[in-house]
Amino acid sequence: MTAVMDAPATTDEIMTVVAARELNNGVVCFVGIGKPSTAANLARRTHAPDIVLIYESGAIGAKPTKPPLSIGDGELAATADVVVSVPEIFTYWLQAGRVDVGFLGAAQVDRFGNINTTVVGDYDSPTTRLPGAGGAPEISTSAGEVFIMLNHSRRAFVETLDFVTSVGFATGGNSRERLGLPGGGPSVIITDIGVLRPDPVTKEFTLTALHPGRTVEEAKAATCWDLKVAETVSKTAPPSSEELRHLRALVAGEVS
Amino acid sequence: MARILELSEAVAELVHDGDSIAMEGFTHLIPFAAGQEIIRQGRRHLTLIRMTPDIIYDQLIGAGCADKLVFSFAGNPGVGSLHRFRDALQNSWPHALEIEEHSHAGMAARYVAGASGLPFGVLRGYVGTDLASQSDSIRQIECPFTGEVLTAVPALRPDVGIIHAQQADRRGNVGLWGMQGVQKEAILASQRSLVTVEEIVDELDPRVTVVLPTWAISAVAVAPRGAHPSYAHDYYWRDNDYYISWDEISRERSTFAAWLDSECGYAPEGVTA
Repeated sequence: MTAVMDAPATTDEIMTVVAARELNNGVVCFVGIGKPSTAANLARRTHAPDIVLIYESGAIGAKPTKPPLSIGDGELAATADVVVSVPEIFTYWLQAGRVDVGFLGAAQVDRFGNINTTVVGDYDSPTTRLPGAGGAPEISTSAGEVFIMLNHSRRAFVETLDFVTSVGFATGGNSRERLGLPGGGPSVIITDIGVLRPDPVTKEFTLTALHPGRTVEEAKAATCWDLKVAETVSKTAPPSSEELRHLRALVAGEVS
Repeated sequence: MARILELSEAVAELVHDGDSIAMEGFTHLIPFAAGQEIIRQGRRHLTLIRMTPDIIYDQLIGAGCADKLVFSFAGNPGVGSLHRFRDALQNSWPHALEIEEHSHAGMAARYVAGASGLPFGVLRGYVGTDLASQSDSIRQIECPFTGEVLTAVPALRPDVGIIHAQQADRRGNVGLWGMQGVQKEAILASQRSLVTVEEIVDELDPRVTVVLPTWAISAVAVAPRGAHPSYAHDYYWRDNDYYISWDEISRERSTFAAWLDSECGYAPEGVTA
């Protein structure tokens, strides 16, 4: 299968490209499946060839040629610098502070970047039971910074989480430090509408960039709290033809 | 010394109603054949322990084998929900399921503690989350040397640990390679243990990275393709299409019951098409 190269970028492609651009060359990146994994591999194929990908299944330095369906796909092990046990991944590598960037998705996020992946509704009689914590709580605790990726909607951007699975900036200000969490917390939320970053003092997430064709009004309408908007909202540069070429080749499992 | 048994014999002897069972394998080497044998033998009131329940526990839960699930991530990896798990939790079908929920790091620490013969594991985690309020198995502890507040989680000591591996030799020494997950810890934490293998060989392959010595295992059983639809590195790869098709098979009780009947030859009471 040859990747289609001339179609305009989809929303998912824009999110993935934006996430990839956030990753500096050489960072150690703890990734999950889906857009985070694709973004990290796109970065590795473009501006960040020395990025190190760590998967919670134990693969360190994995270099998959196509997006894995599961976090333990054989190709991750086959292309890794080393494969270690799951206890080792979470202790020597994550807990000890050797991960620069962790990626998380969420069913719900609040204004301080706390996330819920456990349950919608009451814990004991849930409206929707979600998969649960996985590696997220300790990624949130110990990664140097956390990138959150999710679609922007009132169902997701809620005033109060139904369940706090992983801590962002807790109740804002310096409350994260007071909890004694060593990692830096979430530094960016990338949505299908734009990019949000925490206020340096209050730690409330603020809209700082919009993707092509999206508006501040759309972002506010898709957020349950009164979304703060930066004085200057930048425009996301559309994915370049180079970025799209690499991304589509990656998704198609081709060498680019 | 591990005894080399038929899978049905090993399950009959080692797995009893009411046992706590850890069947591990992190995406790789998931002991599906053993799981389906437990369904076939109609085991009841099990406490199922596993970081990622995956399809294997969706099958056991849907078949009514489990009273309780201890876990950290209950999804169909790369696909979506575990429908039998959700049906049990939200609608008590086929009966109510108690849960004890942790994070991956917490579960890993619990297995390491169990394998080490310690009463609890310690980690820097859970702080500020709602997980601790849902379980009495997450407690704060103060480091006696630095005063740092950390989290203690109790050791897992399952009645039975079950894993799948590529190979065993004729004496029952087990060797595996590729993603090693938390299999070694699960076996060493358990009172009794069963390892299913792809094949029995004269000499373990040089690619082996984890060896479990025969004297640390209760039984070995040969189960070729026993990890399908997960995979056995260098034997067969993950059947991603099966994981995708499980979404359809498991979504409705009737299609799941039909699957149970055809794949396990077993229609437990209350689980009918």
